[in-house]
Amino acid sequence: MQISNLRLWIAAVLVYAFLYIPLVIVVVYSFNDSKLNAEWVGFTLFWYEALFNNIEMLAAVRNSLIIAVSASILATILGTMAGLAIHRYKLKVLPVIVFTPIAMPEILLGVSLLLFFLQVLNLTLGLVSIIIAHTTFCIGFVAIIVRARLKDMDWCIFEAARDLGASPWQSFRLVTLPLIMPAVIAGALMSFTLSIDDFVITFFTKGVGEPILPIQIYTMIKVAVTPEINAISSLLMLLTLAMIIISTKLDSSVLRAGSIR
Amino acid sequence: MALLEIHDVTKHFGEFAAVNSVNIAIEAGEFFTLLGPSGCGKTTLLRMIAGFDQPDSGQILLDGVDIVSIPPEKRPIHTVFQSYALFPHLTVESNIAFPLKMSGKTPDEIRSRVKESLDNVRLTSFANRFPHELSGGQKQRVAFARGLINRPRLLLLDEPLGALDAKLREEMQIELINLQQEVGVTFIFVTHAQNEALALSHRIAVMNQGGIEQIDDPSKIYNFPRNRFVASFIGKINMLDVQVLEATSPQLRLSVMGLGEVAAPWRQGIKTGDKGVIAIRPEQVQILHYSENLGVADHFTGKVHDYLYVGDVTTYIVELCNGLLIEALLPNSTPGRAKLFEIGDSVVVTWQYEASTYLNG
Repeated sequence: MQISNLRLWIAAVLVYAFLYIPLVIVVVYSFNDSKLNAEWVGFTLFWYEALFNNIEMLAAVRNSLIIAVSASILATILGTMAGLAIHRYKLKVLPVIVFTPIAMPEILLGVSLLLFFLQVLNLTLGLVSIIIAHTTFCIGFVAIIVRARLKDMDWCIFEAARDLGASPWQSFRLVTLPLIMPAVIAGALMSFTLSIDDFVITFFTKGVGEPILPIQIYTMIKVAVTPEINAISSLLMLLTLAMIIISTKLDSSVLRAGSIR
Repeated sequence: MALLEIHDVTKHFGEFAAVNSVNIAIEAGEFFTLLGPSGCGKTTLLRMIAGFDQPDSGQILLDGVDIVSIPPEKRPIHTVFQSYALFPHLTVESNIAFPLKMSGKTPDEIRSRVKESLDNVRLTSFANRFPHELSGGQKQRVAFARGLINRPRLLLLDEPLGALDAKLREEMQIELINLQQEVGVTFIFVTHAQNEALALSHRIAVMNQGGIEQIDDPSKIYNFPRNRFVASFIGKINMLDVQVLEATSPQLRLSVMGLGEVAAPWRQGIKTGDKGVIAIRPEQVQILHYSENLGVADHFTGKVHDYLYVGDVTTYIVELCNGLLIEALLPNSTPGRAKLFEIGDSVVVTWQYEASTYLNG
């Protein structure tokens, strides 16, 4: 009993070590006073300084943030609508349409969007095309989260709102939206993290010109692996971590107040 | 003119007729109950009155105006749902204030009316609680308060007592009757519990398979069921197969297969030779020891087959001489005595003919 418990503990520690040690090393070496990621020389903030002086990298960050914010806003609005529709109309084909992009191989989505933008829409590739592309694959994730939340709720609540004098819009704004808000925010955060680090679809739909963060990092690695990459990776990690903490906080507090039964 | 008139309303789900040409007229101030087994169409009918479902055909008139095309929020009709459907993200106070806010009342009026309403349902100290912090009975009081606060013309109640335990349900029944008398709002109550319907209603519509079997006040429904469905759905009843021997006012003479003749009250439209049943409530059946049989007109003999003692009353099951079983309910009003008959006792079974009903078919 004791021994098998110990074994489980060791196994768990090893698995998590395997997952987290590389991340820790990236962060540690971002402060290393050496051009190489090989041995620890001394502490410095030089690489962060270099990062903030790298105009192209800053442009890439700015572009990626613009894309991630716009795509997650659009995907959250459309995905919430889709989630509501799937729940409201028990149409069998609707979930298939909405959820398929999640399961599609990214490369396929990338290629098909590229062809669609160039040949059907005649669109110049750039930020707009990337935002549209990211929105399409994020909608499904938001819809899944919103639908899961609605599934746990008593449908009578929404009928009660109408029954007691609320117009469809009032009932959405005063009852439906507050109740699904935790799911909406979780969906938005998820869309943001999916968008900001997306490589494959971005690669296909970006065209030439504007630098985008994941692709910028990839280009830099092709030249040389400098601790500047560690620095930008660490910052990205920090941002994602913040998102995760916010969304778990939301889950425990807001979901409880909104729970039914 | 009745407050609510339902004219020939029909509603199909696919091929299935959930509600089939129903006609009802409900008067202002009435406590009206739709009673029937699950799937009889009572909830569908309620949803059409509330405006959540549209009838395929027919009219629903409120004060003489057809409301079929009016959306639920524009109807002066509110609903108390079986699950209460309180808004989980709003406090008790905000839940109750919701209908007033929707109808654009001033903040001052809302505040004073919510305060009054909280007082009425004895929930003033719970004003700032959330629904998940309330007991079942408290949630229900909030649901009633919320349904009534904007003074609807009609309050619909969809099995609101169904989720409560037996003792609380009885308390709430009394509270509900008092509430309805106080506010004077017309109630339409939906239930499958016949005792609840009998206890609460001014009138009951018994529904079955999308249609109405009988609309009457509770004692008429109980004592004079119009057909076998109503008779067997409401309370317990004995039914014996009979054939009509003579049909002349004021009495029917009936032949009970293998037992003999009995009388039943005469009704229009019953002819000699008709086949049907004679229905008699267990509490109307009298049992006498065989030796006590002194000049009772219509009677059958039998033996006590079994009995069921439940404290206040005992149900005796008597096997008649043709093998049929008949139930008799006797109050245990003699101090210290649990039963008046033993299994195997020879007895005589009889009833006053006015207490029985002949039903065709």
